[in-house]
Amino acid sequence: MGRKLLRFKRKDLLGIEELSREEIELILNTARGFKEVSVRPIKKVPALRGKTVVNLFYEPSTRTRISFELAAKRLSADVINVSTSTSSVVKGESLVDTARNIQAMEVDAVVIRHSSEGAPMLLSRVLKASVINAGDGSHEHPTQALLDMFTIMERKKKIEGLNVAIIGDILHSRVARSNIWGLTKMGARVKIAGPPTLIPPMVQDLRVQVFYRPEEALIDADVVMCLRIQLERQTSNFFPSLHEYVKVFCITPERIKLAREDCLIMHPGPINRGIEISNEVADGARSVILEQVTNGIAVRMAVLYLLLTQR
Amino acid sequence: MILIKNGRVVNPGGREGQLDILIKDDKIAAIGKNVREKSARVIDAKGKIVAPGLIDMHTHLREPGREDEETIAQTSLAALKGGFTSICCMPNTSPPIDNQGTVKFIYDRANANKNGCVNIFPVGAITKGRKGEELAEIAELKEAGVVAISDDGDCVMNALLMRRAFEYSKMFSLPIISHCEDKNLSKNGVMNEGYVSTVLGLPGIPDESEEIIVYRDISLARMTAGILHIAHTSTKGSVKLIKEAKRKKIRVSAEATPHHLILSDEVVRGFDTNTKVNPPLRAREDVMALRRGLADGTIDVIATDHAPHSQEEKDEDYRTAPFGIVGLETCLALVLTELVNKKVITLRNAIAKLTTNPARILGLNKGILETGYDADIVIIDPDMEWTISPRDFVSSCRNSPFIGMKVRGRVISTIVGGRILYTL
Repeated sequence: MGRKLLRFKRKDLLGIEELSREEIELILNTARGFKEVSVRPIKKVPALRGKTVVNLFYEPSTRTRISFELAAKRLSADVINVSTSTSSVVKGESLVDTARNIQAMEVDAVVIRHSSEGAPMLLSRVLKASVINAGDGSHEHPTQALLDMFTIMERKKKIEGLNVAIIGDILHSRVARSNIWGLTKMGARVKIAGPPTLIPPMVQDLRVQVFYRPEEALIDADVVMCLRIQLERQTSNFFPSLHEYVKVFCITPERIKLAREDCLIMHPGPINRGIEISNEVADGARSVILEQVTNGIAVRMAVLYLLLTQR
Repeated sequence: MILIKNGRVVNPGGREGQLDILIKDDKIAAIGKNVREKSARVIDAKGKIVAPGLIDMHTHLREPGREDEETIAQTSLAALKGGFTSICCMPNTSPPIDNQGTVKFIYDRANANKNGCVNIFPVGAITKGRKGEELAEIAELKEAGVVAISDDGDCVMNALLMRRAFEYSKMFSLPIISHCEDKNLSKNGVMNEGYVSTVLGLPGIPDESEEIIVYRDISLARMTAGILHIAHTSTKGSVKLIKEAKRKKIRVSAEATPHHLILSDEVVRGFDTNTKVNPPLRAREDVMALRRGLADGTIDVIATDHAPHSQEEKDEDYRTAPFGIVGLETCLALVLTELVNKKVITLRNAIAKLTTNPARILGLNKGILETGYDADIVIIDPDMEWTISPRDFVSSCRNSPFIGMKVRGRVISTIVGGRILYTL
């Protein structure tokens, strides 16, 4: 392990690409301390009292928004949720103008989810407040990757040297991109598999091994990450039918036998049961899918805390 | 009368060296050593480059239709500031240039500008409404004064219709300017498809969407003996196809833009929407291939693809923002700084690609400084350094990826038809 970072100097968390291994470790270590807060009878610490966090969600999301909201509230910050259906976005206000208005209200952090890649970066240039990317298009979803790494670390005590298989629609997946950056920085061996139509060009340059058949990526896997398949992809001819996708790619008990016996089954949710993953696997003994959700709060607490108190 | 003295005349179509140029009315009256004319106003161009006024083969006017973005008068000012004395406007106005009326409107607007205007040569549409369904009235367009035909950004996807266009336009010797893009293959794409698009998660436009149509149009030009000009060449593969076609004596010419010759898709990493352009900024190896093509003559012309967009439109996210870069004001300085001073091409070759070559392709009696020719002249200070700044743009649009860049070489005077229309 490299030198240990003691302070987090960034204003924003826009992606995992920009983070060093030391920064990732600092976030994961900080999250470990915060995890305990959520099991207390009084689930609150005063770390961010008097700070204001705005959740700006331009895309529907339940899990991530609630997770960020709980994380901020458990740190005693004030939280405001803005979603497209209730904001002036529907009135045609541009992203930059919305950002300027939020700036004028002197908030401390903006958590943004947007369907367009780069929207958080655009916001970060305008805002003095910290910007946290909660998923931008197909680009990055850094807190998801951090909570995934936290979950792996907790269960496996390390990431270095593990075989991680990421299976499904890599092309459109911000979760895959952030995890590829994070896991390779942490020393894991990452294998991806999906139909060739859903593998982005030159992805091997991200230091991952590329397979098409899931079986090849699953061999000796310590961790299996299933990605959600967007049901509308079949209409764009990325694959002929869901029926065929299930047949070739669904992570079934049969296929999972190829992985290590103690492998972890992960999924960023929401799950299409019986499509990318079978019920038996999703609910089986090796599944940590709900632990991921629990850990998401601790990781997001760590991110908010580090960004808002250490700069 | 105007007498430009002691300039270094760079004039690929005629005499060159330390020469004086006498302008009488709208024509060049004399060019040579020690030209004397007592009654003339003298411009001392010592230490300056004197060249034929630049010709841009690829400009987008926003008038008629989007005068809020840029009027013809503003485009003209931008052109003059960049040393251009002639611009060819693409037909994607609203209404499009698919009829005599729009051609006439543009000529009238240019002529009505009492402050003087650059020469504007409209490019007519290949098909009605640029819809790619039926041929526009090409004879009518020719009669009204178009210098080429093109459906601009809406590539004609029907190969049979394109064949007919090549055949039919031959009788007027009109070149077809092709924006080569297979629209099915490039669908939804907003940047070059490659490593950077994979990292950013942005939908890509593959090289092949351009190259397939470059190959198709070269094939059709050969089959029909038509005249093809490839707009804004952007990929290594396209350069190779064009080079091969030229070796086979097919009538094909090609242009490249300063942004494709200078920038790669790495600059998209900051999600600056001013880097969003179609064809997209390609990989580094494509930039290098374009430069080699420029040097070996495969690429005949440097054209701007000047496409103004308002700040409001470019303030959107990367997927939503429109494609396009303004280019008229920055073209020459970028060419001098990045291509001439860095020895990619000679100054003379660069000027040829901005004057004589576009004139030859379009059949314009311009681009040459000789007695009897139109007095379209640019005077350039090759050593003046400046920084491209948003405040400097004469247009209301400043959608340039070059903002903040330090450049060397600046237009100090632009003369159109014997009138000094711009002085720094």
